[in-house]
Amino acid sequence: MTAPALAVEGLSVEFRTHSGIVRALDNVTFSVDKGQTIALVGESGSGKSVTAYAVMGILDAAGRVTAGRAMLDGLDLLAATPSQIADVRGRKIAMIFQNPRTALNPIRTVGRQIADVLIRHGNIPRRDAPAKAVEMLRSVGITDPARRAKAYPFEMSGGMCQRVMIAIALAAKPSLLIADEPTTGLDVTTQAVIMDLVADLAKNLGMATIFITHDLALAGQRSARIVVMHAGHVVENAPTEELFTHPRHPYTAELIAATPDSAANLDDLASIPGSLPDLRRTDLPPCRYSERCPRKIDACAQPLPHPAPGAVHFAACWNPLPQVAISAPRESAA
Amino acid sequence: MTVLLDVADVSKRFAVASTLGPWATLKRRLSGGPQTLPKVYAVDDVSFVIGKGETVGLVGESGCGKSTLVRALTRLIDVSDGTIKLGDRELARKAARVFARDRDRPRIQMVFQDAGDSVNPRFTGFDAIADPLRRLRKLRGKALKQRVETVAGQCGLPLQLLSRFPHQLSGGQRARVGIARAIAVEPDLLVLDEPTAALDVSVQVVILQLLRRLQKESGMSYLFVSHDLSVVRLLCDRVLVMYLGKIVESGPAREVFEHPLHPYTQALVAAVPRLHQTDGERLRLVGEPRSPIDPDPRVCRFYGRCSLGTNACKTAMPKLRRFGARQVACHFAEEFVVQRISAP
Repeated sequence: MTAPALAVEGLSVEFRTHSGIVRALDNVTFSVDKGQTIALVGESGSGKSVTAYAVMGILDAAGRVTAGRAMLDGLDLLAATPSQIADVRGRKIAMIFQNPRTALNPIRTVGRQIADVLIRHGNIPRRDAPAKAVEMLRSVGITDPARRAKAYPFEMSGGMCQRVMIAIALAAKPSLLIADEPTTGLDVTTQAVIMDLVADLAKNLGMATIFITHDLALAGQRSARIVVMHAGHVVENAPTEELFTHPRHPYTAELIAATPDSAANLDDLASIPGSLPDLRRTDLPPCRYSERCPRKIDACAQPLPHPAPGAVHFAACWNPLPQVAISAPRESAA
Repeated sequence: MTVLLDVADVSKRFAVASTLGPWATLKRRLSGGPQTLPKVYAVDDVSFVIGKGETVGLVGESGCGKSTLVRALTRLIDVSDGTIKLGDRELARKAARVFARDRDRPRIQMVFQDAGDSVNPRFTGFDAIADPLRRLRKLRGKALKQRVETVAGQCGLPLQLLSRFPHQLSGGQRARVGIARAIAVEPDLLVLDEPTAALDVSVQVVILQLLRRLQKESGMSYLFVSHDLSVVRLLCDRVLVMYLGKIVESGPAREVFEHPLHPYTQALVAAVPRLHQTDGERLRLVGEPRSPIDPDPRVCRFYGRCSLGTNACKTAMPKLRRFGARQVACHFAEEFVVQRISAP
């Protein structure tokens, strides 16, 4: 097997706040293979975005990586110097943010914003950048790109702004794309089109994608593997179909049961009792789900199990739901 | 089923600033050209009814006029045309400003999208729930306190949280405050504008089940606005699908989602991500919607994005036609009816 596009190992992140230290991430480990699409799924506060920010080196000043590695092409992004990171960011690894309207520069035309990236990373002469920017806009499916290149973000719809974001992210043909809730706030019809676009471009460029979402159904449709997060832990990491049909971590099972699509009736939907633990607590149990967990046993007081190297299906649980015969994992994303 | 709300031919048009420059506007005015400003047809000739105790879903993409329609029904804005009858009473003629003090104001209440934004940040939970009771029911003192506590209890809001401000509450608790505030004055019709859009799935379930329980207890009617079709399918008896100011399809929720007849509904349903389905049927809406500014009354609003798009579609606007319990505004609805509803 070739080296993964990105391997995150034992990533821990803390935030210093007035009311104490928030242990936002604890020992987060996952990897994404070249050309593969994986999804990070979890409720708000589970640490999905913090993971992405830590990898991109754009954590808030109060945040600090306390342990871990993030290996991209032999470079540890978490130990890299600012100039090394600046060289990689945008060129090898790019990110699409949640709200395209606020992520774009409001006082620069979209054509120029794309050209900026091309000039910085694209190795093309400065005077060719505007024409190339128009071409990029065409490739993300914007009609009349020459005219649209001169438009400001406020003149465009949400879906169009997200296309521009994608064009910016992909301008330098990165090998890894992190998409942080790229379709939140867009209509389902637009969502489908945008997700198609990302998938098609990823396929054409052979790009790996980490797709961050709270929508389990959407994640399932678009990724080969799902990493479920809860309160800063990776609780389960499995091939998509297997995760849906045979979840092993109790939290994953409850999350699936709470997804509206899974039920025929409102009464069939199950809520998840309790809420996320306060991550400022100093007495957090090793398993941060244990206080909400219906399957809690004595063993839960010991440190969580580690994923075995090369494990296909990992659940960070001492009393997981029964295992079944492992079906053949789906390898690449659709 | 007794009808609670009867909406007939309601339209709402907003004038927009002319795209012409000042000189061109003056010239046109002097030369006797059209004097009126162009108008956005936000809601165009919409009719439907909501029965007593019924839950009706309203779906459509952003910009289709859902919110304008809802604001017109809740009488927060005035309509341009049409009638809104609540029971026997005609409300559309009354100016929104006057209706704010009307005796029927408590009968239509609304739960807004994100309670974090729609509850006054300087009001505690108690104040937020007490406000409509003070204004509309003129409750004071002990009676007020009692009523607020009853409603909070109904909505599963612990009483000790009533002294907290919105920012001290979790998303689910804020949603409960928003609901408690709306049902405090015992409305007949509760309009819910994406009440769970800002919530995580685990909390969403609880809130949806709360809404279902409240309805059973009080017999309220719901108009549930959402773009999450999986939620609408679970909660609603009937659904209205809107596209660019018009209702393009309506009918029993399950039927509409299982066998959509209008091409727009078909695309909408196909776009919903499903848990046990790896890739969507590749039925995709391409392009942007037509302009809602002074639309051509002869052209179907969906023309240009529709996979059918024949000549008939740009020469005659399809009317909403009835097929059993369904209504569809498409020239080709028959074909889909034959295709999709072969079984009784």
